[in-house]
Amino acid sequence: MDMSMQKTLPQSSKPVLDASAPPKIKARKVNVYYGEKRAIQDLDVDIPRNAVTAFIGPSGCGKSTFLRCINRMNDTISICRVTGDITIDDGNIYDRSLDVVQLRARVGMVFQKPNPFPKSIYENVAYGPRIHGLSRSKAELDEIVETSLEKAGLLKEVKDRLQESGTGLSGGQQQRLCIARAIAVGPEVILMDEPCSALDPIATAKVEELIDELRKNFTIVIVTHSMQQAARVSQKTAFFHLGTLVEFGDTPQIFTNPSDKRTQDYITGRFG
Amino acid sequence: MTDVTTGGAGAFSHRLDFSTTEAKNRIRARYRSEGRFRSYGMIALGVTALFVVVLIGDIIVRGVPAFTEHVARIDVPLKAEAFVGSDGKVSELSIRGADYFPVTRDALTAIIPGLSRANERTLARLLSSGAADDLRSRLVADPTLIGKTVSAPLLLSDDADIYLKYASTAITERPARGAATPSDTSGEITILTSANDFADEVVAVKASLEQRASGLSREAERLRRIGGAQVTERLADLDKQVAELREKNNAPSSEITLDDKVASVLVSIAGGIVKLSKLSNSAVTGDVLIPLSSSAEAAPGSWKIVRYATPESNRKVTDVEVTLLERLRSLGKVENQFAWRFLTTGDSREPELAGIRGALVGTAFTLFVTLLLSLPIGVLAAVYLEEFAPKNWITEIIEVNINNLAAVPSIVFGLLGLAVFLNFFDLPRSAPLVGGLVLALLVLPTIIIASRAALKSVPPSIKEAALGVGASHQQAVFHHVVPPAMPGIMTGTIIGMAHALGETAPLLMIGMVAFIVDVPGTLTSAATVLPVQIYLWSDLPEAAFKAKTAGLIIVLLAFLFLMNGAAIWLRRRFERRW
Amino acid sequence: MPDQHTVRSYEEELRLLDKKIAQMGGIAELQLGQAIDALEARDPALADQVISKDAQVDALQRDIEEQVITMIARRQPMADDLRHILGAIRIASDLERVGDLAKNIAKRTLAISSENLPKTLLYGLKHMAELAQRQLKDVLDAYADRNSDAARLVWTRDEQIDATYNSVFRELLTYMMEDPRNIGLCTHLLFGAKNLERIGDHTTNIAETVHYLVKGTTLAENRPKGDKTSSTLLP
Repeated sequence: MDMSMQKTLPQSSKPVLDASAPPKIKARKVNVYYGEKRAIQDLDVDIPRNAVTAFIGPSGCGKSTFLRCINRMNDTISICRVTGDITIDDGNIYDRSLDVVQLRARVGMVFQKPNPFPKSIYENVAYGPRIHGLSRSKAELDEIVETSLEKAGLLKEVKDRLQESGTGLSGGQQQRLCIARAIAVGPEVILMDEPCSALDPIATAKVEELIDELRKNFTIVIVTHSMQQAARVSQKTAFFHLGTLVEFGDTPQIFTNPSDKRTQDYITGRFG
Repeated sequence: MTDVTTGGAGAFSHRLDFSTTEAKNRIRARYRSEGRFRSYGMIALGVTALFVVVLIGDIIVRGVPAFTEHVARIDVPLKAEAFVGSDGKVSELSIRGADYFPVTRDALTAIIPGLSRANERTLARLLSSGAADDLRSRLVADPTLIGKTVSAPLLLSDDADIYLKYASTAITERPARGAATPSDTSGEITILTSANDFADEVVAVKASLEQRASGLSREAERLRRIGGAQVTERLADLDKQVAELREKNNAPSSEITLDDKVASVLVSIAGGIVKLSKLSNSAVTGDVLIPLSSSAEAAPGSWKIVRYATPESNRKVTDVEVTLLERLRSLGKVENQFAWRFLTTGDSREPELAGIRGALVGTAFTLFVTLLLSLPIGVLAAVYLEEFAPKNWITEIIEVNINNLAAVPSIVFGLLGLAVFLNFFDLPRSAPLVGGLVLALLVLPTIIIASRAALKSVPPSIKEAALGVGASHQQAVFHHVVPPAMPGIMTGTIIGMAHALGETAPLLMIGMVAFIVDVPGTLTSAATVLPVQIYLWSDLPEAAFKAKTAGLIIVLLAFLFLMNGAAIWLRRRFERRW
Repeated sequence: MPDQHTVRSYEEELRLLDKKIAQMGGIAELQLGQAIDALEARDPALADQVISKDAQVDALQRDIEEQVITMIARRQPMADDLRHILGAIRIASDLERVGDLAKNIAKRTLAISSENLPKTLLYGLKHMAELAQRQLKDVLDAYADRNSDAARLVWTRDEQIDATYNSVFRELLTYMMEDPRNIGLCTHLLFGAKNLERIGDHTTNIAETVHYLVKGTTLAENRPKGDKTSSTLLP
C-alpha cells in the first residue's frame, strides 16, 4: 500500500504506540526469590513509554511479583530477594544510593482492592503532594487535588463532598479515588494490580476509559486476570508462565496469532 | 451439547429428605439443645445480675450513711473573754488558740438546764472533738462575731451519730394509766403510782432474767457432758449464776432491781426523765437524769413509761446519752446534713472528722504520673515492636517477656519499686511519684499488648497504599496506622488505668500505708491512695469507720465508672472520625 | 493433537462446526461430480437431483453462520479459535457458491440435453471438472487435517484449471465460428466451463482461509493467475 493510499484511509483519534521511542522501563536478567523458591526467572523485557502494557498469566506465574518489583514494594517482604537490573529511563532502581521513597513517588500503584485512606476525599488525594512538598500554599494544593480528581473522572461526582470520608464511596468511585491519589504526586509510571477485579462492569468500563485517557501522559503497566480486558486496554501484552516471560508482543498479534503454544493454550482456554 | 443436569443427577445417589422420622427426631433434638443452651445463658445472666445487684446494693446501703452527718444546731454565745489572747487582745492567733470546749459545753447546757455535773460532762462529750472547727474558721474569717451569739452547727461524736442513724435501741413509750407522785425533782427519787403501771415491766424483766438463766443452764449442761478438769471451775461458776438469777426471780417481794443486762426502763414526767433502778408494781425508784419541772402529782396520761429495749451492756451509748440525744432531737436541735467534710477533709483518727480528700488527691497525682509515663512509652514500644523491630530471636524474647509481665503478681512490682526506686535511687517513700512509677511498670505490659493488638487490626492495605504514594515507612506508620488504632489504644490505656486505680499491694510495699492527715501538695509529698485508704479504715475499730469504708468504696466505684465512661466517649469520638 | 479446551462444551461446539463444514463439502463434491456426469450422459434426472440438493447446502450455510455468531458472542474466541470460527464462515460461504455453480452446470445440462455433444468439447470440460473435483477434495482434506502445505498446493495448482479453461475457451470459440448453429450449445458449454473455473477460484479461497486458519498469516498477495480469457482476443 503506497503512502497516498494511507493518507486517505480513516485514522483513529487515539495515539498510536511510537515504536521508535526508547522504552520507559527495561528489565534485564531479573530473578526474584522468595526464600529458596524462585518466583521469576531470567526476565528480560522492555516496557514502552506512554502506552499500556498488560501482564497476563495464570495464578502464581510471577506477574504481580514483577509488577511489585518496579516500585520496589517487594522490599517490604523480608524474604524477597531481587537480582538483575531494572531501569527506569536508564536509571537503575535497585541502586544502593536510590531513595526508595522517591522512587515510589515516581512510580505510582493502584491495588486490587480499593484502599482509600480512612480520611476525607480531599485528604486522600492531598496526602501525597503534601508529604513530597509539591505545593507551597493551600490554594496550590487545592488545585492539585481538583486536577487529579478531574483526570480520574471523579471530580464531578464528589465536587460538593470533598470533606466526606473516602470510604463512603462506591467501589468504582473508591478505585478512581485511588487512581486520583496515585496521579496526584505526578508520577511517570502507574502500576495497576488487577484494578477492576472487585468492580462491576460499569465501574470497570469507566476505569478502562480512564486508563485509555491516562496513557497519553503516563506509562501504564496493568496486571489482569481477564484476557478480554488485556485485549481491550493494552497496546503491548506480556504472557507469564511459571515465572518466565513466555511471550511479549503487540496486543492484536498476541490475541489473534500468538507465536508460543503456551500463550495460545492459555488465551484460548486450554488449561489441561 | 451434553446435558449437564442428567449427568449430575446420576452421580448423586443421596439427597436430603426432611420428612423421615429420624430427620424429624434430629430436628427436635437440635431445637431442644438450642433451647437448653439459651436457657443456660439466661440462667447465667440471671445469676450474675443477682450477684451484681446484691453486691452493689449491699455497698450502697452500707455506704450511704457515710455521706450524712448529724449536727446539733444551737445558739452559741461568744463571750469575748474566751477569745482574748495572752496579750489581752483578740487576734487571729488568739482565736485559733482559744479553748472552745467550755464555749460549746455552756451552749449545750443552756439548752438542757439543771443537769448534774456528771450529766453535763456527758452532754458536752456528745459533741465531736472537732465540733468547733467550723466555728473557729468562721471566727477567723469574721472576728466581728465575737461578743454576739451565733447559731452554729456543732458536729456530734461518732457514737452519737451512729445512735441517731441506726437507732441502737428501740424505744417504746407508753402513757401510764395511773397518777404518779414523784418524791423530788432531782437526784434519786421515788415515784408512786395509783395503778399497777409497772406490772408489765416487772413481768418483762423477770422473763428476760429467766431467759438468761436457762441459757446459762443449757451451757452448764453442755459442759457437764464434756466433762474434764478445766470445766469444773467454770461449771461451778455457772451454777452459782443460775442460782442467783432464779433466786432474784422468785424473791417474795415483787421488787426487781434493774441492771445493765436487762432493758432499761425510764419515766418521762413533768418535762423530766427518771432512770429507774428498782421496780415494783406501783412504786419505783430511780435517778433523775433531766430535772422535772415540779414534783406535783402528774395526772394519768400526762406521764409516760419509756423502755429502751436493748440492755445498756449491749450498746455503745449509755442510757444517759440516749436520753440526752432524744431530748435534743425532740427540741428540734438535731439536724442531719450532707457530710461535705467526707470529701473535702483529710484523714483523722476521729471517725466523724475523717475525710477522703487526701486519698483522692493522692490517687489523682499517682494516676497522673502513671499515665504520663505508661502511655507514651507503651504506645511507642508497641509501634516499634509491631512495625520497626526486625523479626529475630531478640524481639521474640522481648515479646514473650512482655506477655509474662502482664501476669506477674502486682506485689512483685512493689518489691521492685522498694528495691530500685526507694533504696537505690533514694526517692521519697510514700510519694505519688514513686507510686506512679511502680504502677506505670505494672500497667505498661497491658498497654503494650492492647496497643499491639490495635495496630495489628489496621488493615495492611492502608499501609501499602501509603507506601505506594511514596510515604516513608515512618510516615506511613504514624500517619496511617496509628490513628486508626487509637480507639484500641485508648481502650487498653483505660483498662490499665482502671487496673492501676484499684491496686493496693504494690503501693503498700513502697510505704503508702502511713496515716497521712495532710492533703498531699506535690508529687513528692507523702500521700495515700483510695484503695489503701479503704484497707486502713477497714482495720480500725470504731464502728463509724465501717460506714465510711463502704462510702469510700462507693467513691472508688464512681471514679471507675467515670473513667470507663470517659473511655467509651473517647473511643466513640475517635471512631466517628473515620 | 492440540490440547482440549477446559470447558468441554466449547470443544464440542468447535467439532460440530467442523462436521458441518465437512458435510457441506461432501454435498458440494457430490453435486459437482453428479453435474458433470449428468452433462456427459445428458441425464436430466441426475441434473434434477443436483439442483434439488442445493437446498441442503444453503441450509447448512445458514446454520453454520448462526452457530458462528452465537459462538463469538458466548465464547469470545481468541487466537486459533478466532481464526477457526471466522474461517468456517468464509469456507461455508465459498462452499455455498460452489454448490450454486454446480447447480448452474446441471441447469445448463437440462438446457442442452436434447442436443448432440461432440466428444472433443466434452473432453475439455471433463478434464476441467476432474481438476476442480480434485482441488475441492484436496482443500477439504487440508481443512480437516489443518494442513497448510496441502492448502498452499491447492492454491498454486489453480493455474492448471485456468490453463485448461483457456484452451476450452478457444476451442469453443473456434467451434462457434465454424458453424453458427453451434452457438447455442457452445454458449451453454462456455458458461459451464466458466462455472468450473469459478469453482476452482473458490477452492483457492478456501485454501487461503485454511492457510490463515493454521498459520495466522495470509498467503502472499499475488497468486499465480492463469486466466487470460479476459484479454483473449478473437482469433
